Amino acid sequence: MVYSPALSRRTLLRGAALGAGAFAVPAALVACEKPTSTGGGANEVTFGSNYSDAVPKQALADVLAASGVNVKVNTVDHNTFQENLTRYLQTTPDDVFTWFAGYRMQYFAAQGLSMDISDVWSEIGGNFSPALRAASTGADGKQYFVPFYYYPWAVFYRKSVFAEKGYSIPKTWDEYKALAAKMKSDGLEGISLGNKDGWPAMGTFDYINMRLNGYDFHISLMAGKESWEDAKVKQVFSLWREIVPLYQAGANGRTWQEGAQSLAQKKTGLYVLGMFVGQQFQGADYEDLDYFPFPVITEANGQDAIEAPIDGFMLSKSPKNVAGSKQLLKYLGGAEAQVKYLKSDPNNVATNNKADTSGYNALQKKAIEMVSSAKHISQFLDRDTVPAFASTVMIPSLQSFLNNPADVDGLCKKIEEQKKTIFTT
Amino acid sequence: MTIVVPDVVDEPAPRKPTRRRRVGRFTPRDVAVVGVLLGIPVALDVLLIWGPTLASVGLSFTSWDLVKPIKPVGTQNYEYIFDTYPKFWPAFQHNVLWLLFLALVATPFGLLLAVLLDKQVRLTRFYQTTLYLPVVLSLAVVGFIAQLIYSRDYGVLNAVIGRTDNPVDWIGDPSINLWAVLVLVGWRHVGYVMLLYLAGLKAVDPTLKEAAAIDGANEVQTFLRVVFHALRPVHVIVLVITFIEALRAFDVAYAINRGRNGLELLSVLVTDHIVGEASLIGIGSAIAVVMLVISTVFIITYLTQAFRQDPR
Amino acid sequence: MTSTATPARTVAPPAVEPARPRRRIRGPRVVLHVFLWVVAIGWLAPLLLAVYASLRPYAETAEFGYFSWPRSLSLDYYFEAWSRGGLPKYFVNTLIIAVPAVILTLFFASFVAFLISRRRIPGGKLLLIMFTAGNLLPQQVIVTPLYIMYSKIPLPWYMSWPSEKLFDSYWGVIAIHVAFQTGFCVFVLSNYMETIPTELVEASIVDGAGVWRQYWQVILPLIRPALGALGTLEFAFIYNDFFWAVLLMSSGDKFPITSALNNLRAVYFTDYNLLAAGSILVALPTIIVFFVLQRQFISGLTLGANKG
Repeated sequence: MVYSPALSRRTLLRGAALGAGAFAVPAALVACEKPTSTGGGANEVTFGSNYSDAVPKQALADVLAASGVNVKVNTVDHNTFQENLTRYLQTTPDDVFTWFAGYRMQYFAAQGLSMDISDVWSEIGGNFSPALRAASTGADGKQYFVPFYYYPWAVFYRKSVFAEKGYSIPKTWDEYKALAAKMKSDGLEGISLGNKDGWPAMGTFDYINMRLNGYDFHISLMAGKESWEDAKVKQVFSLWREIVPLYQAGANGRTWQEGAQSLAQKKTGLYVLGMFVGQQFQGADYEDLDYFPFPVITEANGQDAIEAPIDGFMLSKSPKNVAGSKQLLKYLGGAEAQVKYLKSDPNNVATNNKADTSGYNALQKKAIEMVSSAKHISQFLDRDTVPAFASTVMIPSLQSFLNNPADVDGLCKKIEEQKKTIFTT
Repeated sequence: MTIVVPDVVDEPAPRKPTRRRRVGRFTPRDVAVVGVLLGIPVALDVLLIWGPTLASVGLSFTSWDLVKPIKPVGTQNYEYIFDTYPKFWPAFQHNVLWLLFLALVATPFGLLLAVLLDKQVRLTRFYQTTLYLPVVLSLAVVGFIAQLIYSRDYGVLNAVIGRTDNPVDWIGDPSINLWAVLVLVGWRHVGYVMLLYLAGLKAVDPTLKEAAAIDGANEVQTFLRVVFHALRPVHVIVLVITFIEALRAFDVAYAINRGRNGLELLSVLVTDHIVGEASLIGIGSAIAVVMLVISTVFIITYLTQAFRQDPR
Repeated sequence: MTSTATPARTVAPPAVEPARPRRRIRGPRVVLHVFLWVVAIGWLAPLLLAVYASLRPYAETAEFGYFSWPRSLSLDYYFEAWSRGGLPKYFVNTLIIAVPAVILTLFFASFVAFLISRRRIPGGKLLLIMFTAGNLLPQQVIVTPLYIMYSKIPLPWYMSWPSEKLFDSYWGVIAIHVAFQTGFCVFVLSNYMETIPTELVEASIVDGAGVWRQYWQVILPLIRPALGALGTLEFAFIYNDFFWAVLLMSSGDKFPITSALNNLRAVYFTDYNLLAAGSILVALPTIIVFFVLQRQFISGLTLGANKG
């Protein structure tokens, strides 16, 4: 083998140049994508969206196109958007972003990561119910959120099954239990539950707690201000335990969609879920779907609270185009934009009380009735408390409760121990 | 690797003063080449891997949610994970089971398949591709396949074994779902191991085997006495990879049910605390430090072995 | 492709011979083939089931279960995934990350491994420990400090827009891939190189080759099987990674193809059969890379016969 220093050096240099070339490729492509360094048009509003699924994405794009504001949308899939929100809001947030009402909104508002939009509310506030205003208000009494739509949680059933078997809508907890037991003896699997992802069971916890102990206690418990070893909380699990045998077997291995299919195929008779369950029903089956509010447990609380998560929009802490962003928020809070959007999505309901409801289906009309008669709107367990508590404590705890409903004391003790650490972080 | 097309020709070298040079010494130009090509990866490793790792050790003694100021809390996070957090010890046990399963079942099976495919078998490329396919699948499709096979109500497995009246809850029953998942994990790990061994077997000097055959050894004996021994460097690789896969085990469990309800794993817990919206950076970092300690113990054990056998 | 709902079978000693055994084949060979067939079917069955499901509408599998006869079969989901998921755009994004990352990783790693294992540079063992140990930890461990660091390092606008930071740029994602994977590859390659006789390198030193030529002309050709195997794996790892990209970038339209799959999931309802079709489409390039690189590790190299 012969060695030439010159050749070797040349080869090496060429190698180095190619290595640099490999690095230059992405730069070139990035540069091509965004050739301007001074930003888009003067009135461009950037919009961080989690409407990543095709149909809502298109519907939102249509709504934004009609806003009269020059909007540039940055879509990130729903799950990633949610997981990254804290990082996103601290680094390169868009002017406007999609988010949830209630505690989750208040948290970012309290950290100064979101801009006060009380001035927007002074113009559009009349279009929203007091409960919606409360759900859009931070702990400091200012507004940070414009609600877009909501979807109530309730007990879903099929009208044809009820008609065929002569069931009637249960009004109280005892009637509810009796109905589910009757279904079991009639050969149905009882109540659907698909809790593989951990969150669907939370709805039942929320409702039993609000019906038994009232909305204020529920919210206070969610905020970490009450003890989970309180007899009131144990009572919630004791009541829940009464219906665990009436669920279809294998709840923790079933997706909520499979649970919905059981209801659709008339294998089960009842299902506590949000209105999105309608996505699993087609044509005549959808027409046959109906729901009733979660039954009364104590007369004092009746059915005064409803679980109806609200989705909407917020501003980041220092939007580049404040005026344009606020103009966009006013538009999105308006009846016209909401109705336009909901044409694509019959499983949600507009928040603006001037929204034209003539195009609504029966389920949507019932939702308005239920929500407007409710004194309180809760946002769902994972939206009403610290996300860390919901995901690392409550999901595993509720799953283990369903596996072994006997040990309520031990369960509550463990939850309380973990809660103490998490809420002091 | 086609960065440069070497166009070196057999051109006579002007002089050969290096002939007397002691083997292993570097010329100044060699030093420059080494400086650049060793410097960059070392710098990347130190800056992007070790710096953040040490920073995580620091964070494990604090309480932080990414927003509010960092607050030192001493060993509180460690007390929380060891004493209070009910999912830590189950996760630890699951990682150990993972390691045992991979080391005792999946890895030997991968070696066996590599050895069989190294022979002049017809259709060997088909078999290799088949075994490798699970390795390239993304999280999404693995999660789907798990659902497809193991779903209690709609899955293939219950239909095939005829348990439709009283179906087995493969995913939801915490006493059996770990085993169901391990089967899928093994399904992916075998192809991975097979590929590494196959590359190693191709490099084994065939004359070794011939010599053994001349000595009258049969195929199994040849393998055990000669090939298995010649594969020692590859065994080391596979051993370490098996360990890494067991310690870092994440994706299949996460794809199935986000690693809950009987499928807890250490790296899933780290993810739940650090990556998601939860932002319990201190607690997540403390779990990560436990993993760091485990892997340090492992690597020290491995290296003392390596040094003992390779005195240099 | 119509009804291949073959049950996943566990590997068991075969009792029956496959169809049409060749007459000349002796007993052990038959056993070997039957064994390999059983394994191959067991390995393929889950994938074939996934393909089968992706050809059927959701309403059908939801009603009858996955193990049922088809009422209708079509490629609709594949077309839908292709257009709805915006696959071509995200595929380009992935290549922007994966191609430089794989090339740089293999290049740096093979050179470092060569220095450590065949040139025995001082401190080599220490380097090996550093690279190997850095790879034992899951990615999640370093993500928070890395995110903080990335969000503080400025880059000129033409390298990172609109953040003008290492955060939300391909540079940062490529760099962390290279750093993370180089550790792993150094470890693997330095062990493979243990099988190469040191005499070959020594001979080239005696011939007057510099360190670059020892690496390029002596070592690289000899580690082709290992590089082929490793290149295949690395491409699959980086191609399938969503973790770094998603955590270190915030512009949805820069995300790699794995996140395009997430776009096929809705907030609540996910059509898993569509997702399966998308996942299968997305997996195709990694399989192609396997075929391309397979030649590197399938054709055995005979060490002695290799000349510079």
